[in-house]
Amino acid sequence: MDTTANTFPRLLLAHAARQPDAPAVREKDLGIWQTWNWAAVAREVRELACGLASLGFRPGDNLAIVGANRPHLYMAVIAAQSLHGVPVPLYQDAVAGEMVFMLEDAEIDFVIAEDQEQVDKLLECRELLGRATRLRHIVYDDPRGLRNYEQPGLMSYERLIEAGRAHDAAHPDFFAQSVATGDPADVAVILYTSGTTGRPKGVCQTHASFIAAGRGGVETDRLGPGDNIMSYLPMAWVGDHLFSVAQWLVGGFTLNCPESAETVMNDMREIGPSYYFGPPRTFEGLLTAVSIRMEDAAAPKRWLYAKCMALARRVGADILNGAKVGLMDRLLYALGNLLIYGPLRNVLGMSRIRVAYTAGAAIGPDLFRFYRSIGVNLKQFYGQTETCAYVCLQQDGKVKLQTVGSAAPGIELKIADDGEVLVRGVSVLKEYYKRPDATAEVLDAEGYFHTGDAGVLDAEGHLRIIDRAKDVGRMAAAEGAAAGAMFAPNYIENKLKFFPQIKEAVCFGHEREEVCAFINIDYEAVGNWAERRGLPYGGYVDLAGKPEVLALVADCVAKVNADLAAEEGMADTQIARFLVLHKELDPDDDELTRTRKVRRGFIADKYAVLVDALYGHKRDQYVETQVKFEDGRTGVVSATLTIVDAGRFPPMKAAA
Amino acid sequence: MRDPASTPRPAAHERPVILDVHNISLSFGGVKALTDISFDVREHEVRAIIGPNGAGKSSMLNCINGVYQPQQGSITFRGQQFRHMNSRQVAEMGVARTFQNLALFKGMSVLDNIMTGRNLKMKSGLLAQAIRFGRAEREEIAHREFVEHIIDFLEIQLHRKTPVGRLPYGLQKRVDLGRALAMEPQVLLLDEPMAGMNVEEKQDMSRFILDVNDEFGTTIVLIEHDMGVVMDISDRVVVLDYGKKIGDGTPHEVRGNPDVIRAYLGTTH
Repeated sequence: MDTTANTFPRLLLAHAARQPDAPAVREKDLGIWQTWNWAAVAREVRELACGLASLGFRPGDNLAIVGANRPHLYMAVIAAQSLHGVPVPLYQDAVAGEMVFMLEDAEIDFVIAEDQEQVDKLLECRELLGRATRLRHIVYDDPRGLRNYEQPGLMSYERLIEAGRAHDAAHPDFFAQSVATGDPADVAVILYTSGTTGRPKGVCQTHASFIAAGRGGVETDRLGPGDNIMSYLPMAWVGDHLFSVAQWLVGGFTLNCPESAETVMNDMREIGPSYYFGPPRTFEGLLTAVSIRMEDAAAPKRWLYAKCMALARRVGADILNGAKVGLMDRLLYALGNLLIYGPLRNVLGMSRIRVAYTAGAAIGPDLFRFYRSIGVNLKQFYGQTETCAYVCLQQDGKVKLQTVGSAAPGIELKIADDGEVLVRGVSVLKEYYKRPDATAEVLDAEGYFHTGDAGVLDAEGHLRIIDRAKDVGRMAAAEGAAAGAMFAPNYIENKLKFFPQIKEAVCFGHEREEVCAFINIDYEAVGNWAERRGLPYGGYVDLAGKPEVLALVADCVAKVNADLAAEEGMADTQIARFLVLHKELDPDDDELTRTRKVRRGFIADKYAVLVDALYGHKRDQYVETQVKFEDGRTGVVSATLTIVDAGRFPPMKAAA
Repeated sequence: MRDPASTPRPAAHERPVILDVHNISLSFGGVKALTDISFDVREHEVRAIIGPNGAGKSSMLNCINGVYQPQQGSITFRGQQFRHMNSRQVAEMGVARTFQNLALFKGMSVLDNIMTGRNLKMKSGLLAQAIRFGRAEREEIAHREFVEHIIDFLEIQLHRKTPVGRLPYGLQKRVDLGRALAMEPQVLLLDEPMAGMNVEEKQDMSRFILDVNDEFGTTIVLIEHDMGVVMDISDRVVVLDYGKKIGDGTPHEVRGNPDVIRAYLGTTH
């Protein structure tokens, strides 16, 4: 679809003129899929914008949008933009105490909320804001439970639309003129960063950058009318804004909003989207559900499944990549497609998927291969709120597991001397809202955005993200070498954690000559494994110290080492020695954060005696640790831990 | 639990009486289940009946519901007095109920179970319904829409097509409530709606009961054991003990009533 319009409202009007009857948005309501065509969306956006204007919404005002993925809320995004205002989607699960910061920071006067739950929260925010006369108008989409609310400024969506119609009738040129005077360099949206580090910051993105980001994705994957996408991730998240707003309006395909958060899987099966996004854990959850059901299936079915999946593992990914595959294998794969892969994709709601994306966290290699091998074109992308989630894309036919793909159209990549990934190009943020200090920190004089991620570019220009830049260290220089290798603890730990037997891992190596690791076994997985092998054990400490378990973990570590040896610049960071900890790392003991990230420094101090033992080439080490129980009592766990040498491999050049 | 600011309505004593129970006595042979019970239920209130096991709570509900015929006394519903009613007549007058021991069709889907609640509202004949012809089809579509509103209201969209027998207990209770709501009742009788539930399920159910009361304006009479729940959600409480009424009033009044404390809440003698 030829799309040259340069603001989002103009894109909408262009679609409404060119394909007025094509479906633009669907929502499942009362058990039936309700459809808005492009003409209807354009009409409703017009009424909504006029309604907001009649309430006094002026150019430059911000409109907060709070709620799940509902068509009306997406329309509100464009309505605000039509008035030269800025939509500010907020996470619907934030509590009032968190939301109040954003509402104050963005000077919000107008809110569109989904339902009673959100309205209650906003009214609470209004009280928290105190004397500040903010939040004058709260518009709600779903009136249930709100009939008896009499707080000032509350208004139903229907009444707003009616007001809009009246305003439109009185000022028939208003809307068209407002859209016509929009500037692509205006801010199109403010998205708040999650704020894991300090206060949330509002990222200002212009029409031009989000449209460029949307267009890049649409062209790469040839999306357009006829394609369907499920919109089920929070609207405040940059990825949803990219897929469900920018790409939607550029590409002109169809959005599908689920009936409720729980019914997403069912709704997806009914729609059969051709374009899908999910974080790695969604894909993992689906695979686990399939595996469990296959284990309960009858023996012949299990046999067939095992045979077909073995074939898929061998040739499936190559077929998808368009690589050379023998005729016999192709025929067998076609048969497998008929018997297993096709039905399996159908159960997953992925029969019609042309493109599926994942991002946000490292995805396990087995998981990634599984989906690609059964013919789901799963790809990765890379980006952050500050870059419209648009920096790197894996291109069809050039998907490499370890990388997040090459620079997307219109994007320049550079790796700084300290390994940090720098980005320049169409999608880079304009600024942080009212935070010139923070903007100056991440945007340098040459226009590069500092991502805070450490990465490597390979020979073909594919980017491999390794770690957060601040976690990356350097190994001590080996004799004769100028500088030690780059040491990325998270990267190695993630590789270890992909094994179901390993729950947590902590790697040490900064300013050391070798990498050593603490390993936490997964009690459930390893316990299960021990039971099946008839290995008796008495509790966690005993299990963690079993020689058989150590051998099991040593196997995993050796596989990780083999992986590292094959990667450029990583061979020196193979794990030399490890030990299996006698207790689980626990947030109650301050060893993990509440979001379960390891606190490396704290652990190194607490278990200094173990770290010394690892680097002192001891064979074992006695250790006593105080632990806190859930009821607040404390106790002591003691054990003698064996230090295991891991198998290491000579560095090798990766094939190709 | 209830936010007075959000639900402005006349105080309990100002609202008209919708159901008046007068001097009801019921006995099975020599066993006196209920003796001379009188109380009233006002429009749009949540009225609780509490009491120890065997106090006659369910018998009371069964009398209102027309399942039992009391030997003495009368029941007035919207100004219409009656002594002998069968349960169908009561249902047609707009009184629905849920059951202590779920009486759902286990093999049928959630949707179909709730649709059965629309039975009384269906006007077309059995044959027309069977072949879904003409008016029957239009009628079914209208009823289905109503039922979908209930499904939406009770947040059970995910289970629309699931056979009821496969659902956990708390959800089955919700379906039971849904079927009663499908009758568009004016008065809803709930027989221990929270029995056997965990804390979270109880919270959900309390919220649904209050929502029904608010949103549809349905008057609710409920029997409940969980004192915390009763005190939180009801406007007025009747206390029964050994078939006799020993207390009647707001939760606060009832809690302070010495007879009630002795009989039910427990006391040191």
